[in-house]
Amino acid sequence: MKYLSRGAAAAACLLPLPALAQEAAVSFDQRVNDVFAASTGWFVSLIFAPIPGTSFPWIVLWLVVAASIFTIYFGFIQFRAFGHALRLVRGDYSDPNDAGEVSHFQALATALSGTVGLGNIAGVAVAVGIGGPGATFWMILAGLLGMASKFTECTLGVKYRNEYPDGHVSGGPMYYMTKGFAERGVPGGAILAVIFSIFTIGGALGGGNMFQANQAHAQIAGILGDYPGWITGVVFAAVVFAVIIGGIKSIARVTEKVVPFMGILYVGAALIVLIANYQLIGWAFGQIFVGAFTGLGVAGGLVGALIQGFRRAAFSNEAGVGSAAIAHSAVRTNEPITEGVVSLLEPFIDTVVICTMTALVITISGVLITDPDTGRFVLDDGAIATVGDVSGVQLTSAAFATGLSWFPYVLALAVVLFAFSTMISWSYYGLKAWTFLFGEGKKTELTFKLIFCVFIVIGAAAQLGAVIDFSDAMIFAMAVANIIALYVLMPVVKREMNAYFGKVRSGEIAPYAS
Amino acid sequence: MTTTLVVGLDGGPTGQKALDFAKDRARALGDCLILICYVIEWSPYTFQTPEENEQRHQRREEEIALAHERVVDPAAKAARDEGFTVEDHVAHGDAAEILDRLARTRGATQIIIGRVATKGMMERLFGGVSARLIATSSVPVTIVP
Repeated sequence: MKYLSRGAAAAACLLPLPALAQEAAVSFDQRVNDVFAASTGWFVSLIFAPIPGTSFPWIVLWLVVAASIFTIYFGFIQFRAFGHALRLVRGDYSDPNDAGEVSHFQALATALSGTVGLGNIAGVAVAVGIGGPGATFWMILAGLLGMASKFTECTLGVKYRNEYPDGHVSGGPMYYMTKGFAERGVPGGAILAVIFSIFTIGGALGGGNMFQANQAHAQIAGILGDYPGWITGVVFAAVVFAVIIGGIKSIARVTEKVVPFMGILYVGAALIVLIANYQLIGWAFGQIFVGAFTGLGVAGGLVGALIQGFRRAAFSNEAGVGSAAIAHSAVRTNEPITEGVVSLLEPFIDTVVICTMTALVITISGVLITDPDTGRFVLDDGAIATVGDVSGVQLTSAAFATGLSWFPYVLALAVVLFAFSTMISWSYYGLKAWTFLFGEGKKTELTFKLIFCVFIVIGAAAQLGAVIDFSDAMIFAMAVANIIALYVLMPVVKREMNAYFGKVRSGEIAPYAS
Repeated sequence: MTTTLVVGLDGGPTGQKALDFAKDRARALGDCLILICYVIEWSPYTFQTPEENEQRHQRREEEIALAHERVVDPAAKAARDEGFTVEDHVAHGDAAEILDRLARTRGATQIIIGRVATKGMMERLFGGVSARLIATSSVPVTIVP
């Protein structure tokens, strides 16, 4: 009886706790969001400031102009070397004596697992949700042009990487900024490398971490019902902690194997939806092309569609950002240009193929509400009104659910896995920038990894708007520093490119017979 | 003319049986080179984390050193001590493919391997090393039970 009374008393005390906990949690989420938005707002405004007299953000122009210049400067390398890139990935030019080293396929897959993910699912939904189907056209164009940027940065990443006596390598923009600038006698490389590293750490904590945690939580909450974001954050942080600090590689290995499978499943599901609605595909492409030049009445019209398309493409494929240069630098090759050629497939797979599929599914699904009288999209608070008033991942999920009712569950799993694999990749990119600034060593590495885990919780708790703005701003800020370096060093890439393709033409470099 | 025999080792008793059989053949043939080969199973089409890629070169060197230390060098030394002419080869990749390539490039007359029971679903579906080697080899293959 005594125990029963105690138990009853305890139960009575505990009963109101969930409600109290939820209230406290909600206010914690709100506080995180307010502090976050207030402390990062100025930086976001600076990065996305419009060109005077227009509404066009200067940073988007910066990326597009760079990608266009690289495209012309390298003679449309993305089209000329596309077939050669496929042969390199297939291993046709790989020396059998180098078997056991990182292959071109592995470098490409690793870099892709860092980029294919939420940008393709949530980012495209944001682009189409605000910029309309026309944003897809600009996204594809940005993807095609971005292939040249990726080619440039990955070639340099391999050429100027550091190889240490124990055999491990460190590479990326910070290394080509210091070594490449010094080689060409251009001052300022070290300062630029420091600036780039700071932005990379920000990008790793923003787009590579908080945005992922945020959207993963949104997706899980969409299925399980609303609950405080910090809970998802703590769970994610614990798993990431186990991998990057605990060294439990098995979790990362499982993810690395499941993620490509989820990618294939995602593309397969999109194809099923598209085939089931094949009669609408022509119409959807019509919407994309017409919308690209007229805006179809979306917020900001043509410029709105263009800005959204370019912005989301850059965020998704990271061309010109410099992250891929870190990922690709692990390949041991005598010809750095081969890694650049392979890397140009990334924006193609990521943006031209996967993002376009997502955009097509959203467009044909009918989740974007149009006015039956005018045929134009119905706007709601600066974005296109959607069935169920959803945005981001949930918009993509709703679009797929119109064709495959079970898909939201698969998508939820895909989002969680994509988010996790992107976090692992970006924890590495951030760590490389961190060790470049503070030196290699167990203590400095542990400090960054702990900070990285804390930001997962913050990202899951904050609201989408504040997180997405900060994520974008930091990733684009990386591109500011990186593209300056690419301009300075592009003659080096051209020299390498001409020498390599000269050898291929002369037969000095030939495919290995199987 | 020297006859070359390629022998696949697997670090276990079946590989040793194959080597013993090769030695018998070499004794009978007289002028014979035994080419001992150990393959570290590896595929260029796996998915790895950036950290694994960064350390890959180092790991590769360690794997090759370990294969020499634990499998190939003791086997080669024992065979040399018995008076045989021996060369060794350690490589990463698909065992069936590498054994065949080695036999072709070195002009070997046959490949000798031990019989290993089929393991797992993948091998049941696509065949183990012995089955694939029999199906694709350019030279005669001897499977030692």
